[in-house]
Amino acid sequence: MADLNVGDKVDELSVTPGKYQPHIYAGASGDFNPIHIDPEFAKMVGLPSNILHGLYSMGLVARANAAVAGGDPRALKRLSVQFRGMGMPEQEIVVSGTVKSVDGDRVIIDTVATQGEAAIIKNAEAEVQL
Amino acid sequence: MPIKTDAIGKEWPATTYQVGREKIKEYARALGIENPVHFDVEAARAAGFRDLVAPPMFAVVYSGPAMAPAILDPEVGINFATMVHGGQEFEWGEPACSGDEITTTAKCTEIYEKDGKGFYVFESVSDNQNGDRVVRAVWTNIVRGV
Repeated sequence: MADLNVGDKVDELSVTPGKYQPHIYAGASGDFNPIHIDPEFAKMVGLPSNILHGLYSMGLVARANAAVAGGDPRALKRLSVQFRGMGMPEQEIVVSGTVKSVDGDRVIIDTVATQGEAAIIKNAEAEVQL
Repeated sequence: MPIKTDAIGKEWPATTYQVGREKIKEYARALGIENPVHFDVEAARAAGFRDLVAPPMFAVVYSGPAMAPAILDPEVGINFATMVHGGQEFEWGEPACSGDEITTTAKCTEIYEKDGKGFYVFESVSDNQNGDRVVRAVWTNIVRGV
């Protein structure tokens, strides 16, 4: 398993969600809020178009942090995030993390998810067991 | 008008979700996760799981149904037109595997106003059929212009 020290960067995850990714995630999660799947409705309530589910973006943050421990779903012990801005389909999302603290086999990783210049998830803190 | 805080401490009825293999696969695929423990029963068992194991964020699938009536409760009084999902926390325990029956209860823990915004905080806890804690979650919804 990776030997991690405070300040280390963990592997970045880059994903470009497709045009219909919000529809796929809606089906998988059961969240059919029209702001995610109906561009016309989204525009009517003042959004640029239909937006990604915040919990989808959080899912990518979880995936990137579990990957630190080889993708073991047991490794991710805790994840807390703040949703900021809006994630849009068809634009690359980059998830990057920095080791904040190490306590034995437990590491705390500060994580951010960005699209272009905009942070869509910030202050994300993951506790991972290596 | 001060924000209505009567619902602090209110709990809603428990919901139970039965975890299935195909739903685990569908969820893992939607997030682009490729670890075979989410797709191949033999691989999952070889890794020490009872059956296909769900990715951690599958927590939204089994705990979400308990949250809907809490967020929609008129006594809580959330204005949906200006609501955004502000923050989310999960703390995982026992992994969720296919065949598990996971029971979730939701509770309103905080309602407060800050910088002209209303903060509505809910906690949910999810336990499996053996009484093991699977996840504890904190859901924060923010309403602009309360």
